[in-house]
Amino acid sequence: MIETPTNLIEIRDLKKTFSISTGLFGRALSLTALENINFSVKKGETLGIVGESGCGKSTLGRCILQLLSPDEGQVLWLGQDLTKLPAEEMRKRRADLQIIFQDPLASLNPRMTVGDIIEDPLKTLRPEMNKTDRRAKVVKTMEAVGLLPEMINRYPHEFSGGQAQRIGIARALITDPKLIVCDEPVSALDVSIQAQILNLLAELKDEFGLTLIFISHNLSVVRHVSDRILVLYLGRIVELATGDEIYEDPKHPYTRALLTAVPIPDPKLARQRNIDALKGEIPSPINPPSGCTFRTRCRFAKPQCAETRPPLESIEGGRLVACIRWREIEVEAPVVVPA
Amino acid sequence: MTKVLSVEDLGVTFALHESEVRAVNDLNFSLEAGETLAVVGESGSGKSQAFLSIMGLLAKNGRTSGRAMLGDVNLVGMEKSRLDRIRGKDIAMIFQDPMTSLNPSLRVKTQLAEVLVKHRGFDKGKAEKAAIEMLERVGIPEPVKRANAYPHEMSGGMRQRVMIAMALLCQPKILIADEPTTALDVTVQAQMLDLFKSLTEDFGTSLVIITHDLGVVAGVADRMMVMYGGRAVEKGTVDDLFYDPRHPYTLGLLHSTPHIAQRAARLDPIQGLPPSLEHLPKGCSFNPRCAFCFDRCLEERPPLMPTESGREKACFYEGPLKYGKVA
Repeated sequence: MIETPTNLIEIRDLKKTFSISTGLFGRALSLTALENINFSVKKGETLGIVGESGCGKSTLGRCILQLLSPDEGQVLWLGQDLTKLPAEEMRKRRADLQIIFQDPLASLNPRMTVGDIIEDPLKTLRPEMNKTDRRAKVVKTMEAVGLLPEMINRYPHEFSGGQAQRIGIARALITDPKLIVCDEPVSALDVSIQAQILNLLAELKDEFGLTLIFISHNLSVVRHVSDRILVLYLGRIVELATGDEIYEDPKHPYTRALLTAVPIPDPKLARQRNIDALKGEIPSPINPPSGCTFRTRCRFAKPQCAETRPPLESIEGGRLVACIRWREIEVEAPVVVPA
Repeated sequence: MTKVLSVEDLGVTFALHESEVRAVNDLNFSLEAGETLAVVGESGSGKSQAFLSIMGLLAKNGRTSGRAMLGDVNLVGMEKSRLDRIRGKDIAMIFQDPMTSLNPSLRVKTQLAEVLVKHRGFDKGKAEKAAIEMLERVGIPEPVKRANAYPHEMSGGMRQRVMIAMALLCQPKILIADEPTTALDVTVQAQMLDLFKSLTEDFGTSLVIITHDLGVVAGVADRMMVMYGGRAVEKGTVDDLFYDPRHPYTLGLLHSTPHIAQRAARLDPIQGLPPSLEHLPKGCSFNPRCAFCFDRCLEERPPLMPTESGREKACFYEGPLKYGKVA
């Protein structure tokens, strides 16, 4: 019997808008942060989410965790729609879904000791545990993330960025979650510390059987940690495929352009490389271009790209791509992968 | 090749309440005309403070020693009025966050024109015209319209271009860029790095890029200087240091950097944390984190010594630097 991998979480037709005002007497405008978002994450998988600032990647993470309520669509957790869950039920569910933030020091209460910070989620989410059990679990979790248990009574300001991020990870880990959304968890860290934290996340994932959603603007980091990668542009999925496919055989022009822009820490390759530099910058999501929102920066754009929003198409190997011209482009300009 | 900047025995000290901390020690390097030098290091390595001190921009409690020769004038200890005639004209610096470097209450063209009025005696009209030309040169679309904008009306990438335009108005001999692309998206970063390359080629400007990102270094720099704990630990060409690092810290940085082409199961990070400058270890500052450390490293500080043509390192270990040995 073939065992089909189970989807831990499935996102269906998710849409999120924010209303913004244009000033004192401005009329209210609506900004579509996410639209037509469809994907699933299998148990034990790491899904990377990449995109430029303002593409909606953090909003997506928050919608998955119900820290923001999507306007439309479903977030199915093992088949159960979290968007329809009563607040009390959702609160219980939170033990399974945790988050790690970018700025480790800003996400820790400066007036609580490290032990109290890490213990806190247990008080609300595991009310059956007593103080002694909770403290024992704090010590165990601290050890798991590489913090010395004797640091338990210290305050966050006594820690460096990398250690503070370990505290954030311990706090997320202590409720025995199944899924952790990592929102730019290493972007604020020094290179050598960044590598330590990436390794730690990989170890914890194996040890505790975690599923990770890894949000970052850094493609090299995402490629390093992810099984599959989802590329967002102006609040829409443009491509979803495995890390190898995204790197070796990107289909969407935006993915291709992103890849050539990634700095390569190898001088000879870097000099050889022809950067397919994208023109201009990401347009305003308040007034996105008609049709394909990427067409204003796309070197393959044709008049028909302005007419309709390209649908998110399922192609071979379970990949998703949203470009009406991807087949033509593949013939016109084959992808050259740097050696 | 002509040397445009020659830094000798540069030191930076900050006075604290009851003690002082040395942020930069015994720094020696030179910059050739038209070359790009990358200065690489992590927080607290002294990479930014070294260049702030050369520019006379240290915080009030900071003190600079040594010499920084721009041609035959020493910038260290120069009185402010004289320095003001040189900064912005012969040597310019741009920073990571362009928003905090621009005046939010002045139009872009006003800020740009000021540079030319002050340093080159242009009248306002001529200066604004030159400013608009430079905005176009650095790739700002609709430069006439953009020149009338305020900084907050622009995106981060645009603002960084404005900063570069401002820095280049007087065609300085040297441009120092402190983490110029760290706050930018990857596609905009690629545009900026392209711009830097064409600027050094077209204007013959010497560029110093201060960064922690080895990907950026590989793409634009000719030579690099790696700093740790307030000292230079390795210097050489970019190719030498990337393909044949001689200092364990350089090796560690290379192994800590994820590469888009490779999905390794694990990175090989450097263990431990960067040191606090107030409590540097005895001997080599890197010794607590070094996989190749031996007795001598705990007692003596390795000086920066020339190894072979054009290369220097500050490390006693002479064996092959391979991680296999310790893994």
